[in-house]
Amino acid sequence: MMKIKLNVWRQKDAADAGAFETYDAADVSPDMSFLEMLDVLNERLTLAGKAPIAFDHDCREGICGSCGVVIDGRPHGPKERTTTCQLHMRSFENGAEITLEPWRAGAFPVVKDLVVDRSAFDRIIAAGGFISAPTGSAVDGNATPIEKENADLAMDAAACIGCGACVAACPNASAMLFTAAKVSQFALLPQGQPERYRRARAMVATMDQAGFGSCSNHGECMAACPKAIPLDHIARLNRDWLKASFREGRRVATSGDSAAG
Amino acid sequence: MKLDAKIPPGPIEKKWEQHQLDMKLVNPANKRKYKVLVVGTGLAGASAAATMAELGYQVSAFCFQDSPRRAHSIAAQGGINAAKNYQNDGDSVYRLFYDTIKGGDFRAREANVYRLAQTSVKIIDQCVAQGVPFAREYGGLLANRSFGGAQVSRTFYARGQTGQQLLLGAYSALERMIGLGRVQMHSRHEMLELIVVNGVARGIVTRDLVTGAVSSHLGDAVVLATGGYGNVFYLSTNAKGCNTTANWRAYKKGAAFANPCYTQIHPTCIPVSGEYQSKLTLMSESLRNDGRIWVPKKEGDKRAPHEIPEEERDYYLERKYPSYGNLAPRDIASRAAKEACDSGRGVGKTGLGVYLDFAASIQRLGESAIRERYGNLFEMYARITDDDPYKTPMRIFPATHYTMGGLWVDYNLMSTIPGLHVIGEANFSDHGANRLGASALMQGLADGYFILPYTIGNWLATAKLEKVTADHPDVKAAEASVAARTQQLLSVKGKRTAASFHRELGQIIWGECGMARAATGLTRALKRLPELRQEFWSDVNVPGSGASVNQSLEMAGRVADFIELGELMCLDALEREESCGGHFRTEHQTEDGEARRDDERYCHVAAWEYVGESKKPIRNVEPLQFEFTHLATRSYK
Repeated sequence: MMKIKLNVWRQKDAADAGAFETYDAADVSPDMSFLEMLDVLNERLTLAGKAPIAFDHDCREGICGSCGVVIDGRPHGPKERTTTCQLHMRSFENGAEITLEPWRAGAFPVVKDLVVDRSAFDRIIAAGGFISAPTGSAVDGNATPIEKENADLAMDAAACIGCGACVAACPNASAMLFTAAKVSQFALLPQGQPERYRRARAMVATMDQAGFGSCSNHGECMAACPKAIPLDHIARLNRDWLKASFREGRRVATSGDSAAG
Repeated sequence: MKLDAKIPPGPIEKKWEQHQLDMKLVNPANKRKYKVLVVGTGLAGASAAATMAELGYQVSAFCFQDSPRRAHSIAAQGGINAAKNYQNDGDSVYRLFYDTIKGGDFRAREANVYRLAQTSVKIIDQCVAQGVPFAREYGGLLANRSFGGAQVSRTFYARGQTGQQLLLGAYSALERMIGLGRVQMHSRHEMLELIVVNGVARGIVTRDLVTGAVSSHLGDAVVLATGGYGNVFYLSTNAKGCNTTANWRAYKKGAAFANPCYTQIHPTCIPVSGEYQSKLTLMSESLRNDGRIWVPKKEGDKRAPHEIPEEERDYYLERKYPSYGNLAPRDIASRAAKEACDSGRGVGKTGLGVYLDFAASIQRLGESAIRERYGNLFEMYARITDDDPYKTPMRIFPATHYTMGGLWVDYNLMSTIPGLHVIGEANFSDHGANRLGASALMQGLADGYFILPYTIGNWLATAKLEKVTADHPDVKAAEASVAARTQQLLSVKGKRTAASFHRELGQIIWGECGMARAATGLTRALKRLPELRQEFWSDVNVPGSGASVNQSLEMAGRVADFIELGELMCLDALEREESCGGHFRTEHQTEDGEARRDDERYCHVAAWEYVGESKKPIRNVEPLQFEFTHLATRSYK
């Protein structure tokens, strides 16, 4: 059994200033997940009449993207390619002192304690993170063969779980890796071509409006990404966005076409 | 209560087509006058909300998570079935239909299942069009794998993340409609009551999980796409937030709950490691394509797996079911694992585990081929257990995964409350007593993309709905009951956490209503559960207030409903005096330990009707007719 000391960010709501509080977690098994360690602490706090620590979580198998805690300054903690829920206490030393904070980004306001509001990600997708294929309109799935390599690359990009660690890791709180992964997935597939440039432009515009910073190629996002989404996708987004800007100039003169749709 | 399944007449392959012609349509200009409320944004909910908005209806969608993309469909790993016959291996709509009926142990409705098989082919096309990156062959065409309970290769997949990719496809279609202002999305909202006016479902009451505000939402139809109730077992492969609350509120307002005892225990999950365990993790059934399941032949053999020679291993599935081998259906594979462990041959520290061994496949195909197929699953296993499955066999054990039972619906997916529709895992309709692998994703998307959007039009076109406003007494009463219940949970101020009650509930249900059930145990549970319910309401401790984020309050409300549902499950299991699919009554088995169905007495759906607190619910029956298949004893030998 391990003994752990926790410094946890406590904040009642968005308006509260917030502060760190310290807790001792004894009887921590190395086989516990990080969130199970918090569950046990929360039950103890509840029975002691104190407020349990709020944190987002759901699937606890690293795929829903709900969880996310900055652990000792690193989004999702010390282990590479691992979400907070998939992190186990065996990754820490007995007696360790661990600091827990929420994602810190202007575009992700704190809701309570370690819970933040990531709805800006949904707005970026709503602006263009789709292929317009209304139900019923599809041709046979094998009508268009797709080169395996491109299908695999598209899958690599599509593996993004939307957790927001990339934003939390970025010194500029940029959402470029998140946005680029979606733009790239569709840019690599034939189905994505008709809306390719409009998509890049609309998603980047919404990202900027939401208050995310700009990308200055630090690469911290990729290091923090639990799915190791590579930076290449950002390069692809930049190319598409530039092309989109030229095309837009050309298109405004000939048609009055709307942004999303 | 009258259960009219409304199955259209005619030959099975024409029923759906004819029904689509017979249903009334809503004229395109009138669609925007109707409002549909969709609760839950998994595969079924997101696809239904997006499709109905595309058709022109006003749609409001709700989820308790912070984004519709988080719904637990996202965690489905292995794949989605479709009768495409791209492999030229003899698949057809009829074969998928038959496999599903047989897999469900002849306890599902033929007409619904046939429609599901017919619809399956369109789902793949739709998802490809959305940019879902399915696995492909070098020639660029879609790849397939085989799955339990089938002898053809009809499963489409996206690495080990098929559910994620299909959900993100449906989510992107939903977000497109949100961006166009055609769906009003309410994330972090939990449905806590159904509003029924003059016997018709007209709205829901939600609690905003950030502000605590309780409010009503009214519409012309309500759709529940709220998933299954596997978390009644506390430990399951479900996400922590998965709950039965929306369904349970509907049940208490008059929607019949069908076959609650049909729960699926998945054979390949990572075993429990300690008391603090908060959930169980599934290892996709697709692993059984290349992994061989075994235990030592000798009882209490504690040697490391590599020290046990080949002839001292019992590959029990291959031995007992030679034609299906390791690909025997889930209920059968789970029970066989339990038997192996009960006989003292289980492996690992707890003795509650069996080996899933890839050594033979790695030798035959090479490590890189196995990595290509299952890399992410192997990685997940290594992360949780600290073992390397490329070197040593995985240890697996069955865990609750899916619930075939759910709210009763007719052929139009409408419950016994007019206007209330139920889709996906939340309903009971397509999987009978056992679901085959890769069929959950198929059903969720069939319901959401291709079935409900048609049948709901018929409801809206034919129902004569009165105008209901926010000040209607039934609306006010529903809001008041939510507020009162919240207050009640907060005011007990007892000595136990909701989680501790949930764990105790889980132990009872797993012990008495799990992989094997008997009248003695079920009777014991039916005595204990009402006591547990009382203890909950007199001793639960829910800290904080209802006026802001309060995760303890959310959990407590869900646990309270699970305790009641657990009671109904045990009652259903007790009264179904036969074994079928996932429901195995130890009193009803053959000499070699296989399930013994009783078609004379139980070839029917049991749909439970709520009649009031502490009163025994009424067991209504929908007889099942097998006109296009023959009731046969299920054999995978």
